[in-house]
Amino acid sequence: MPVFRIEVTPLREPGIPADSPPTLQVLSEAGLAGLNQVVVTRLFFVEGAINREDVEAISEKLLRDPVAESASVHGVGDDLPEAGGGSVAVEVHLRPGVMDPVAESTLAELRQEGYAVEAVRTARRYLLSGRLRDDQVVVTVGRVLANDCIEEVVLGTAGVRPAPRPPEYAFRPRQIALQHLDDAALERLSRDAHLFLSLAELHAIQRYFSDLGREPTDLELETLAQTWSEHCVHKTLKSAVAYRGAALPRGDGRAAADETRRYDNLLQETIVRATAELMAANTGPECLSVFQDNAGVIGFDEQFGIAFKVETHNHPSAIEPYGGAATGIGGVIRDVIGCGLGAKPIASTDVFCVAPSDWPQDRLPKGVLHPWRVLRGVVDGVGDYGNRMGIPTVNGAVYFDPRYLGNPLVFCGSLGLIPRDKVQKAARCGDHIVVIGGRTGRDGIHGATFSSAELSDTHADEFSHAVQIGNALTEKRFLDAILQARDAEGGVLYTGLTDCGAGGLSSAIGEMGEHTGALVDLERVPLKYRGLRYDEIWISEAQERMVVAVPPENLPRFLNIMAAEEVDATVIGTFGTAATSPGVPPRLVVRYAGQVVGELDMQFLHHGWPRGERVAEWRPESPRGGGGVKCAALTSLPQALRRLEGELARPNVASKAWIIRRYDHEVQGGSVIKPLVGPGSGPSDAAVLRPRLDSSRGVAVGCGLAPHLSDVDPYWMAAAAIDEALRNVVCVGGDPRRTAILDNFCWGRTDDARQLGALVRACQACYDVAKAYGLPFISGKDSLNNEFALDEADLEPLVETLRIYGQRGDADGEHLGRHLPAIEGRLRARRRLAIPPTLLISALSLVDDVRQCVTPDLKQPGHCVLLVGVLRPTDFALERAADVHRAVAEAIRAGLVAACHDAADGGWLVALAEMAIAGKRGVMLQAEEPCDADPYGETCATYLVEVNDHQAAARLFERRGVQPRCVATVSNQDTLRCDTVSVGIAALGAAWHGR
Amino acid sequence: MAHVRILILRAAGTNCDLEAQHAWQLAGATAERVHIRRLIEKPHTLDEYQVLTIPGGFSYGDDIAAGRIFAAQIRRHLLDDLRKFIDGGRLVLGICNGFQVLVQTGLLPCRLTDDRPRTCTVTYNDPPGFQDRWIYLRASGDRCVFLEPGRVYEMPIAHGEGRVLFASAADLNAAVYAGQNALVYSEPRNGGPNLHGEPLNPNGSQADIAGLCDETGRVLGLMPHPERFVTWTQHPCWTSQPPRAEGDGLALFRRAVGYFK
Repeated sequence: MPVFRIEVTPLREPGIPADSPPTLQVLSEAGLAGLNQVVVTRLFFVEGAINREDVEAISEKLLRDPVAESASVHGVGDDLPEAGGGSVAVEVHLRPGVMDPVAESTLAELRQEGYAVEAVRTARRYLLSGRLRDDQVVVTVGRVLANDCIEEVVLGTAGVRPAPRPPEYAFRPRQIALQHLDDAALERLSRDAHLFLSLAELHAIQRYFSDLGREPTDLELETLAQTWSEHCVHKTLKSAVAYRGAALPRGDGRAAADETRRYDNLLQETIVRATAELMAANTGPECLSVFQDNAGVIGFDEQFGIAFKVETHNHPSAIEPYGGAATGIGGVIRDVIGCGLGAKPIASTDVFCVAPSDWPQDRLPKGVLHPWRVLRGVVDGVGDYGNRMGIPTVNGAVYFDPRYLGNPLVFCGSLGLIPRDKVQKAARCGDHIVVIGGRTGRDGIHGATFSSAELSDTHADEFSHAVQIGNALTEKRFLDAILQARDAEGGVLYTGLTDCGAGGLSSAIGEMGEHTGALVDLERVPLKYRGLRYDEIWISEAQERMVVAVPPENLPRFLNIMAAEEVDATVIGTFGTAATSPGVPPRLVVRYAGQVVGELDMQFLHHGWPRGERVAEWRPESPRGGGGVKCAALTSLPQALRRLEGELARPNVASKAWIIRRYDHEVQGGSVIKPLVGPGSGPSDAAVLRPRLDSSRGVAVGCGLAPHLSDVDPYWMAAAAIDEALRNVVCVGGDPRRTAILDNFCWGRTDDARQLGALVRACQACYDVAKAYGLPFISGKDSLNNEFALDEADLEPLVETLRIYGQRGDADGEHLGRHLPAIEGRLRARRRLAIPPTLLISALSLVDDVRQCVTPDLKQPGHCVLLVGVLRPTDFALERAADVHRAVAEAIRAGLVAACHDAADGGWLVALAEMAIAGKRGVMLQAEEPCDADPYGETCATYLVEVNDHQAAARLFERRGVQPRCVATVSNQDTLRCDTVSVGIAALGAAWHGR
Repeated sequence: MAHVRILILRAAGTNCDLEAQHAWQLAGATAERVHIRRLIEKPHTLDEYQVLTIPGGFSYGDDIAAGRIFAAQIRRHLLDDLRKFIDGGRLVLGICNGFQVLVQTGLLPCRLTDDRPRTCTVTYNDPPGFQDRWIYLRASGDRCVFLEPGRVYEMPIAHGEGRVLFASAADLNAAVYAGQNALVYSEPRNGGPNLHGEPLNPNGSQADIAGLCDETGRVLGLMPHPERFVTWTQHPCWTSQPPRAEGDGLALFRRAVGYFK
């Protein structure tokens, strides 16, 4: 069959840079010396019953921009252009089976145009000129412009090649002999087959099949491994834990001696319990669905609720940042679409924890991508996917710490609007199992077990099939279609739906059919290409698919809507097994070509995993004290001012505008408080949205995290994260009495008693603080085993690099330096780099009238700026902190507040500077202010409030037992001044903006 | 005068259709969202509408190039109907992706014929990359029926391919001479403070062009999003600036509705 290659090249005049940052800059930064120019050419390979004239026409009509690009067509055997004089050409081709959205769209369009095209592939060609060495070019392009686990770099040209043809699959059912395996053999099987099952779990499986008198099939074993994975059942958080070690704070500020405590189910007795108790006491927002569905739901107005879910996609993003983050955001959006009978996504959030972007290039451990490459990739991934979905990305954070080098964290959140009467769902016996959206391929196999494993330098090879590229268009199509089927005249056309997440069909159908049973015929599942085994079809995580339960009477209408929106929809089975075996409890029956290849009791599948009891132990090992500069080092505020520009430029503080602007944060038109606000584009504390364009009711969305406090005490790390998330939503006008929160735990290996001890302390803090503040948790997720196994040779360079970061003079450097001995000791003893225990708290708060919202930019010369709260970052009294949050919210509601900003993170002086930058207003500091409120000291429950009526505000705060202090006055000058020392607002802005 | 009816034409990947519908409704029109497949099945339904809007988004993923596949489908199935629609005195508005589609379809800035190839494109930003920020726009002439001559509007942009580029200086000059550069990136109104920062021209468009109209003035395409600034709280500085009764973008929809009154 003829194959043609079409090259589309930007015309030299006018030259068009298509990439950001430009390819030339990226390659030069990566150390490719002597590079003068790069021309990026897009390649299309078109294969089918077509001739050269057809392809010339395709190139002209569809592929080439007639004003900005030139194109050339080559057939098999044609001479391809040589790079020629002093230039080097490199091509980057996708590996077989990797998602190629452009090729898919091009193929579909060409077929509609009437061409008999069989296949389309795309690739990129870089023509580099300068004094270059071939080998250097291939290595550098391979490192920064391509990713070996999904792409192949070819020097020169790969020519005109036909698409690869996967072999036909010959059906052959396989059984795994388990019965006679000893413990060592069981563990070997678990490891070699990437099952990641523990010995106790393998024994349970062995017993189950021994009672049945048969061996399991490969599909049954895989199903159990996926369903019982940490990713799917959260077995660590649900296990019984015996804790001993440092006493847990009791709220009275007194330190007790060691204590022991036992939890029968850690999650149930802390986080879930807090929510249950708050709901029973009618405290907090109206909770419509908590912990049971893909997302938590609270009441929004009389007709709607708001769903919120935050997920992590850490391991895939470590290996392929762009694809990992894109499929992360795609996945969590599907969680919200699949919440209840379907929520309409209205906003996304993203939080990244990464190592510093200036990490020395020559100090990277084997198997680790450079942190700058990771950050750039994840930002592009979230941006490209979220923008294409038409969902604004409105809130987020970036947190830098060297210990995220091997395990960067990528949190993606999604909010959705859901009608109150569509919050509950249940598939019924007799409903069709319909799979909609993308086709199934071999990509994304072992997603759930992979995400539950520890990373090492071989993972990029072993798990490259778990890494995927998303296709937002497919997801956008079924989003449009599902909302129509949900809102169909006469009622919803389906009884349930869920996302095919990690674990693919196995987990989606397994979950939906838990109480009904399910019968699936795998040969009906639409495939991307032939050659997939039945068990691969069953567990592949291939993206952009959902499973829907459709009653037979609604099937024609449902399929019509899907077809009208160009969504593939296929019936692959039925819910309910009673018909095939009456009287037997619900079972999962999986067939291929009519033959049963798997049959499991739903009860065993979902509840058969053995709950272990684990030992947890935690004692402080580092000196006490939070982050920030010690007050002793400063004699006065004027002196502190000299340090201000440096603190504003600190990566953890500096502007994230380059990320924010990369995202469409205004699509859907609901934006009220944007991520950058005021005439000086300063940082807002939280996003506010108006999800219904015909109403002025809003939601505030914020987040908090304080991983560095884990070095002091994970209890206070968790408390600080909740406090920050609440502060952020309160700052913009959110109601602390109607705020819900979500937890995302990212931890190291919890088979380590100390790590588990840290988890216990954090969970207990979640209970204590949620209760004290009145904030129910409505949804959560955890990602454990975030450790990177180091090569012997990489240990010393890593330790040296950590020391360099520990010697930096800013607040982050001082913190790391203080805790480095303990970190170094653990690193040497375990030869694994563990992330600091990290809890992300996301907050969702109701706003009655968005016109009362507040931003941090200073408004009016003469106004007084009050410092409110100022509690210690650790060992603070929770009830007092709760009073501060409520008092600030009350002041905002009373209309006394012109501007408000969270002042706890980098110290209040940094926050004040941000307010001045945002408002382009000067500030006069009260010089006589004593230094007990350390200007760079980290605190909790601290706000800076610009008030328009000083007396009234002071009275309100004092009535609430909160003593505010006036620390500054908004001025007419363009400086931030204290006594005789002043700094220009423009200079502060330049430092913060990084100009 | 009968009610003004708006057809919002969407395709897979269109995503600003609901807020565009809301803006038209605020302006007093009735707006319906119609998938291109339905319109291809019944092109004569175009007759029922006064205005066609192609909203923003990433139609067909913007795969190959922004708006390319959507434009190819219009050219294949609907081009004659659209030309008749315009010649019948109706209006066409393309916002962001819709602007890219109209240019690629050959309806902006000039109608294509066999001996008149495309002279204009909307392509990758310079500096490169997607950007969401606010800008100032000035209606540069009186040709376009959607715009109040000389008025300065504030609106957000959100695009990676918004740079208007002509094949030659002569082509550019011809369009400017004819007053087809309907909207240009500009300074704030009346020397007011610049709330949105530099540069004023965010994407390197030639002659600072943000929007083009055709020779009739009844077809307008623009990169900024008027539908995202219909109420005051959508402005990035609404908490610090003197309030306005409504967003600047709404004026554009109102004027179009008024055209039929």
